[in-house]
This record gives sequence, structure tokens and C-alpha cells, in this order.
Amino acid sequence: MTGILEAAAYLLIFPGFLFLLCFGLFCEWVDRRVYARLQNRVGPPIFQPFADLIKLMGKEDIIPTNVDRLLFQYMPLIAFASVMTSVVFIPVWGTSAILPLPGDLVVTLYLFSILPLSFFVIGWSSASLYPLVGGFRAATMLFGYEVPFILTCLAPGMLAGSWSVTGIMDYLAVHPASMLVLLPGFAVALVALEAKLERPPFDIPHAETEIVGGVFTEYSGKKLAVMRMTEDIGLVVGASLLAAIFLGGFVLGDQTFVWSGMDWTPFFNFLLYLAKALVIVFLLAMIRTLFARLRIDQMLDFSWKYLAMGGLFQLFIVMVYAGFIGR
Amino acid sequence: MAEKENNKKIIIPFGPQHPAFKESMRLDLCVDGEIVEYADIIVSYNHRGIEKAAEQRTFLQNIYLIERVCGICSHSHTTCYCAAVEEIMGIEVPERAQYIRSFIGELERIQSHLLWIGVTGHELGWDTLLMYSWKDRERINDMLERITGNRIHYAMNTFGGVRRDLSPGDFPRFKEDFDFLEERTKYYLHVIAEEETFLKRTRGIAFLPTEMARRLCAVGPTTRASNVRIDARADDPYAAYPDLDFEVVTHDSGDVWARTYVKALEILQSIRMCRQVLDEIPGGEIRVKAPLKVPEGEAICRYEAPRGELIHYVRSSGGTMPDRIKIRSPTFGNWVVATELLKGICIADVPIVVYAIDPCMSCSARITVTDSARGTVTETTFDALRRRGRQGKGAV
Repeated sequence: MTGILEAAAYLLIFPGFLFLLCFGLFCEWVDRRVYARLQNRVGPPIFQPFADLIKLMGKEDIIPTNVDRLLFQYMPLIAFASVMTSVVFIPVWGTSAILPLPGDLVVTLYLFSILPLSFFVIGWSSASLYPLVGGFRAATMLFGYEVPFILTCLAPGMLAGSWSVTGIMDYLAVHPASMLVLLPGFAVALVALEAKLERPPFDIPHAETEIVGGVFTEYSGKKLAVMRMTEDIGLVVGASLLAAIFLGGFVLGDQTFVWSGMDWTPFFNFLLYLAKALVIVFLLAMIRTLFARLRIDQMLDFSWKYLAMGGLFQLFIVMVYAGFIGR
Repeated sequence: MAEKENNKKIIIPFGPQHPAFKESMRLDLCVDGEIVEYADIIVSYNHRGIEKAAEQRTFLQNIYLIERVCGICSHSHTTCYCAAVEEIMGIEVPERAQYIRSFIGELERIQSHLLWIGVTGHELGWDTLLMYSWKDRERINDMLERITGNRIHYAMNTFGGVRRDLSPGDFPRFKEDFDFLEERTKYYLHVIAEEETFLKRTRGIAFLPTEMARRLCAVGPTTRASNVRIDARADDPYAAYPDLDFEVVTHDSGDVWARTYVKALEILQSIRMCRQVLDEIPGGEIRVKAPLKVPEGEAICRYEAPRGELIHYVRSSGGTMPDRIKIRSPTFGNWVVATELLKGICIADVPIVVYAIDPCMSCSARITVTDSARGTVTETTFDALRRRGRQGKGAV
């Protein structure tokens, strides 16, 4: 019984549903605030993303006549569930996740890829022109950033000799200096993550001035709220994943802090995790501020010419490092 | 007609309400994947019958009406209209008033160009440029508010001169504002020339060759960016422009980037002229008395509005009301260019290509129906238009 309660607490409260939701909304606020400050604006108050969510939840939920009802109604939930699930593999308060599996890095990448795929399916099922164009664009972009993203995410795995996020973090905690080797990969992964989350300058499937609301044009009310939430949580999961596998060394591994009879190490590790994730959100907001939106062909060009090459370069460095200097 | 031929193609409607367009217009894009095969432009969602309404008001009342043709270039329209009526009346506007007209005109050009640069950034998904340039534009709006009391419709012109004087006490403050704007404009020039993603999205897009610009009778910065040296301020100087020093900015690359670059350089020229006005403005009266009745006659006046050449034609039969007022706004001259340039581009480039001609829909809404199949041109009556409106049919 205690086991079930504990598991439920993990999944529903921390680091599951409730925490992810709050942190996702907080990250959205940080993102919007940084974006606004960089643009000479004031930016929204801290509760704004939460207020937006509540308001959207209360709005009328319209299902257009011609849509594929099944897909149209359940795709938001599938996308939501897929990003939500991946958090069980990402360490939040130490080097270990709640449910470490051998090979969970691959599972996380897989679950994370469902998000852009769901955009395509939504675009397809919406039976409307703007979502359709948006869906095609989402699918086309997938071919651009997915390979570089996975290539670079596998590099830490090769370095650590483990396909598990927990294993990578364990390794990095012991060898913090090897994070320097992963630096080029971190840069590539950041840009690819920006593309994966479809934020400017890669917001091609949502380009407001071209295809209005993009894939979400036909969504309203609760479904739109769920999709917005999914994007926020996608931001958190992406940032947490990069924080774990590229910045995993910034963690209190062996040291313990015991104060008035309690072990405070997980708490400090949790703070470190928050700091790392927020730094990544900050960097993503910087990228979003600095560039004009690329055209889809330019984006693919850029991904294959620079991002994929960067990913291969990272793998090469890791191979040389692991082969000659040793683990 | 076009839809029947291309049943299998996807036709994407852009508008009448679309985030890319600030006013109502519609583009029907026939696309093959991401490539636009052809585009139909449907305007006139915004017809207000201003030319017709002007015939039922006195000349003086019409200044108020003409000012509302456009929000961004309101001063351009009234200056052009007043100059035409003054020509019929045969009155001489005092020199100080001419300088003030030019000064406000140049301020208007600066704010219009800054606005355009910002919206260009927005169309390219680069909101940072929008926020930056619109914040700087506030300086201009504040200056205009200080001089005229208004930020948009300045209400400065009247027959025989202007209604408010420049106060010399404000000049040091204005000079500071111009220093600030010059620095910012140089920064934008740097950004426009250096920023890689911006270059990628604007270089070589919507290329308009010099001959084509001449053939399609394009006007304003659109045509100057195609290396056609045409500017009513230089070709047919009015107001204080004979005395002011400036260069007509042209560029030879003819793409969206060149249009942006030309506009940014024009801001610098405008700042130069404004400074000269502050230094050299002569004293004296700001208006002379104009008669209420306008003698029989007609006049055409050319004016270089921020968007290009603006023409007003006014005809009077000797009464208090005009016989006819005809406005040829710059956007009207540039529509054809936009339709030509839309062929064969990506959907992603449509907003920027249309916006690059700096369209102003409300200026260019006309009710003339041209049936190309039958080769007829008919004018819709006001009543027919109202009937259409009641039936909710939208554009003609």
C-alpha cells in the first residue's frame, strides 16, 4: 500500500504532474519575461501563464464539423501524456531518476519525438488549410532537427558508456571535467531543441503572419489549453534532459550535507537542477529574441549543413577522447 | 474562374482578416506545396466613399475629411489637397508656413518608415525589431504631439498656411531627439546590413528590375530601391523643399532588403532636413487669409508621401464645394507590382512581399469594376454598394 501511495505521489505530485505543471508555467513566465526585457518591454507578471491557462480552460470548446473527431479530440492528450511520461527518466533531485531503466535515454528521445509528430497529426485531422500547411511544415522540419538532436544526445551516452540518463549523470558527477568535451554538442542540442519546441526562429509550423495559428488554428478552449500546457512541459522536459546529460556534472554526488539530523543533499541538488534548467530556458529565450524566422528550406539547409555536422563532430570528439584519453 | 481550372490545387485564402495584414484585404493563393503558383489580390474591403463625400462638403470641411484618408500619412493628404486648392485660389503661402509643412511632413516620413521597418521585422517573425523601432517611433510621436497637440491626425494645415507655429523654446529638445534618432537609425542600418537571418529572408526576395519598376509605374521607396530616381520632392519641389538640402536615396538591388535599406537611409535624410528647418526657419506670418469661395478652376498637386507619390486633383466651379476631388494614393500605384512579385514565391514570403510595397488599404479602396474577360470598366454606384453591404457580400 505504501508503495502504491509513494508511486502515486511521484507521478501526480513530485516530480510528476503537479510539479511539472507549475514549473512549466514558471518556465513559460521566465521565457516570456526574458523575451520581453530583451525587447525593451516590461513583460507579464508571474501569474500570467497560469491565468491564461485557467481562462482558456473556461472558454468554449469548438469541434469543427469536418474534422477527424477521434484524432482531433485525443491527440492533445497523447502529446501531453508522452512529454509527461518522459520525466520519470530524468533525474530531478540527484543523479538518479525515479524509474531508471537501462536505455531510458532512447526512450526519452522517443517520447519527446511524439510531440512534433502529434503536431503533424493534428494538422492533418483538422481538415483546414492553415493547420494542414502547418502540419506539413512540422513533419518536414522533423527531418531537419531530429537527426542532429539525437546524434548530440547520444554523445554523452557514448562518453559515459551508458544509454541511461541516470548512468550518464552518474558518470558526469564523477568526471565533471568531461562536460567540457560535450560543450559543442550542448550548443548543437540547444539549437535543435529550439527547433524541436518550434520556437522562433524555427516557429515555421506556427508562423503567425503566414498561416495564422498554424496547426492549432482549429483548436479552442480546453484542447488548446492542453496543447499550450504540453508545449510548456515540453520546454521543461527538454531543458531538464539537456541539463542532465550535458550539465550533469553540476551536482552534489559524493558529498552530503547533514544538518540537524536531516540529509539536505537532495534539496541542494534539486536547487541545482532548477538553476540548470532555468539557465537553459534563458539561453533558449535569447535565441528566440535574436533571429528572424527562417524559411522551411533554409531551416533544412541549416540543420543539415551545420547542426548535423556539429553533431557528427561531437561524436568524433567523444570517440577520440574515450579512445585515447580513456574513461 | 481560376478555381475551376485548378480544381486539384490547394487555394489558401489570406484574409480578409489575417494576422499578416494590418487592414482588410484578401489574397487567394493557389499553391503547389509551399510554392505560390499565382495569386489573386482582392482589395476594396475598406471603401469609405471619401471622394464622393468630399463633393458634398465645403472646401474647408474637406480638410478634416481628407486628413482621415489615412492614419499614417494624414499630413501628406492635407498638404497635397491644400496646395491644390491654394493654386486655384491663387494665394501665396508664407515661407514660414512652408517650412513648417515640410518639417511636419518629414517627421511623418520618419515615423512611417520606422513603423514600416518594425512591421517588416514582425512579418519575418522577428518581433524584437518591431519592439525596438516602435519604441523609437514614440519619440517622433511625442514631438508631433508637442507641436500639433495630436499624435496621428495633426490637423496642421489650412488654406493659406498652417494652424500652429513652432516654438523656438522647443528647438534644443528637438535637436536632442534628432541626435537620438540618428544614432538609432544608424544602428538599424547596421542591423539590416549584418543580421544573417534577416539577410536570408530579404536578400533576392521579390526582385523588381529597373525596367519592370518603370513599366509598372511603381512609386516611392519601392521604385527607388530598384534604382529609379524618382521623388516628387526633388523632381517637382513644393513647400520648403526648394531650399532644403537632401539626396534622393536609391539602391540597385531591387529586393525587399533594398527597400528596407532605402527607407532607413531616407530616415537619415529626413533628419538632416528637419535639422536644417530648425536652423534656417524664417520668421513672419504662418498663414494668410483665404477666401471662403474658391474661384472656378482645377489643379493637380504632387506630393512625396512616405509611401510614394501622392496626387490630388481638385476641380471647382466657383462655389464653396468642390466639383470633384480625385486622390491617387501611392499604394494604388504599387498594387500591380505586388501582384507581379507574388508569382512563384514561397508561402513564407507572401507576407513580406506584400508588405514590402508598404500597402495602405484604406487609401487605395476604389469601386471600379474591371472585367478583363469582357474588357469593360464599370463604376459601382453608392446604393449598389450599400445593398451589397446589407447582404453581407463583402468586396466587389
